[in-house]
Amino acid sequence: MKVLLAEDSASDRLILARLVSRLGHTVIEAEDGTEAVELFRETQPDLVLLDALMPRMDGMEAARQIKALAGERLVPLIFLTSLSGAGDLARCLEAGGDDFLVKPYNRVILEAKINAFNRMRALHQALSHQRDHIRRQNQQMLDEQRTARRVFDNIAHTGCLDAPNIRHHASPLSVFNGDVLFAAQRPGGGTLVFLGDFTGHGLPAAIGAMPVAEIFYGMAAKGFGAPDVLREINRKLRRILPIGMFCCGLMIEADFKHNSLRVWNGGLPDGWLLRAGGYRVAIPSRHLPLGVQEPDQFSASMTVLDAAPGDWLVMMTDGLPEAPNSAGESLGEEGVLSVLAGLKAGQEPFEALLARMQQHTGKPELADDLTLCCLQMVRAEAPEVMPDKIPESALTGPADWHCVYELREQTLADFNPLPLMLHICMEVPGLRSRSGEVYTLLSELYNNALEHGVLALSSEWKTSPGGFSRYYQERTRRLGNTDGHFIRFSLGHQPREGGGTLTVVCEDSGDGFDFTEYSDTVAHQQAASTGRYAGRGLEILRRMTRNLKVHGRGNRVEIVYDWWFPDAAITSGA
Amino acid sequence: MPIETHRSDDGKTLTICVEGRFDFSTHQSFRDAYEHSEPTVSHYVIDLSDTTYLDSSALGMLLLLRDHAGGDGARISIENCNSDVRRILSISNFEQLFSIR
Repeated sequence: MKVLLAEDSASDRLILARLVSRLGHTVIEAEDGTEAVELFRETQPDLVLLDALMPRMDGMEAARQIKALAGERLVPLIFLTSLSGAGDLARCLEAGGDDFLVKPYNRVILEAKINAFNRMRALHQALSHQRDHIRRQNQQMLDEQRTARRVFDNIAHTGCLDAPNIRHHASPLSVFNGDVLFAAQRPGGGTLVFLGDFTGHGLPAAIGAMPVAEIFYGMAAKGFGAPDVLREINRKLRRILPIGMFCCGLMIEADFKHNSLRVWNGGLPDGWLLRAGGYRVAIPSRHLPLGVQEPDQFSASMTVLDAAPGDWLVMMTDGLPEAPNSAGESLGEEGVLSVLAGLKAGQEPFEALLARMQQHTGKPELADDLTLCCLQMVRAEAPEVMPDKIPESALTGPADWHCVYELREQTLADFNPLPLMLHICMEVPGLRSRSGEVYTLLSELYNNALEHGVLALSSEWKTSPGGFSRYYQERTRRLGNTDGHFIRFSLGHQPREGGGTLTVVCEDSGDGFDFTEYSDTVAHQQAASTGRYAGRGLEILRRMTRNLKVHGRGNRVEIVYDWWFPDAAITSGA
Repeated sequence: MPIETHRSDDGKTLTICVEGRFDFSTHQSFRDAYEHSEPTVSHYVIDLSDTTYLDSSALGMLLLLRDHAGGDGARISIENCNSDVRRILSISNFEQLFSIR
């Protein structure tokens, strides 16, 4: 150990220096306070013995400067003094001394004190090293989290969370608290939203979130509906997560065209549908969380709700009702409900809940581990032409083909053929940018064939209040018996100068309908004005296609859809 | 001890009582409670009469016990929950996996 010894009396210094060096330490000698400070700076000693009374700079001042120079390093400083008044000794310690040694020096006490301070110094050093180590590790972890967050963003992106009808609060690092929030536009219009909350925190939760994001966005873009996406997420999580880890979640499929919602809640707090006039419908958890059950036991059965443009959907993770105030009390689901019940007409639930949270916690910033999302029902818009992100690959692919795809009996109940057929059509060069329109064509044809053809459901039911839910109940019941039924799609495509033509014939085994009124323009306008769904479905098809024909007994519908490359003029000119 | 266990006289039922907060801090002792149980045990009773709080990591621990006790064939009853605890179990629909009394 290096010991700095400052003592103006040469004889005292000599005695002490000899004592200390005999204990096995290196001694650096200074004659006064100024020299002591200089030598301290140069030699960085481990312990300082300082005479209290010295010329030029006294021990008190030297002690202050040395302590300032030492900074965070613990350099024990022992005053050497012949003073014995309690006040003088106290001043030594106030100036930054750690102890004092009263002259004349006693070898045994000196040794004991030096050893004691050496132990303290070693302990302090070990603690500082550990603290620095933890600080570095924490910094590194935060850096890694930021990087991981960027990787996660590339997979999860924000989807359509920034759409004008969606309000959400999610901390940038919420994925490391196990919260995930995804939203996607469905190819044929409508929105899919998933809010999830993984058990546990940190890396395990974030890793589990990655495949969920990929499944959600991948399947949503291909036109899969909420039940298929949920089944796939559950299957994947069940396989990859250790037992005991799972993901609570709430999935919403909003259909703006038919003003209906399909909801599924497994383990999250109640979601809410807020209708006009202060009318509220709870969306309680009816299922086990995702990743708990084997695929064959998992239930993706959705609850169907009627909604109207302007209605709000509210969903949250348990961080919101459970956030504590300064007294440790949480708002509770009752507190959330009272905010929703107190909403004034036109007031947004998102703003009201955030304001209530800030008032409750007394903090302007919300905690990391709560996520809140509100979705407003809007009027359906015409499907957008999506910008083609990969024009090169879109110019090569099959353009002249025909295929027939027939679904029979039980498969009609179990399988949704739309993603597969959309996929076939999307292989056509240039047609990919029309995926929304093509999906709408296929799904209108398919739903018409299935619901009104095979299942013979009457669209009249959907006109009565609450009838939509009854319609869907009956739909589920009738899907139990599809013996002898089929739906046959014949898809064909031919290239044309600057674009192509897609022809789809959809035939079903049902009894059809009296379509004569649809073949003449006047009658079709009447049908549209009565607002009947079947009329609306056919009207959508008629508007989007060059030609719509109904054949047979009304069980065979044919459409011809023309499309052009957006830059057709340039292509044909080259 | 926040966790106490006792075995029925015939050795077939193991009762695990959790006192206070049933959360991640009880993880190790909860596991110890059933992992070192005798092979004769065929029925587990989780007595939550003295449990004041239960969080999602406790739900995870219950799933681990269920897996240990044979998964779908496990016989586990959760008993004497207070209303808060009961609510958390039912939000997650654990009635489908455990017999909750």
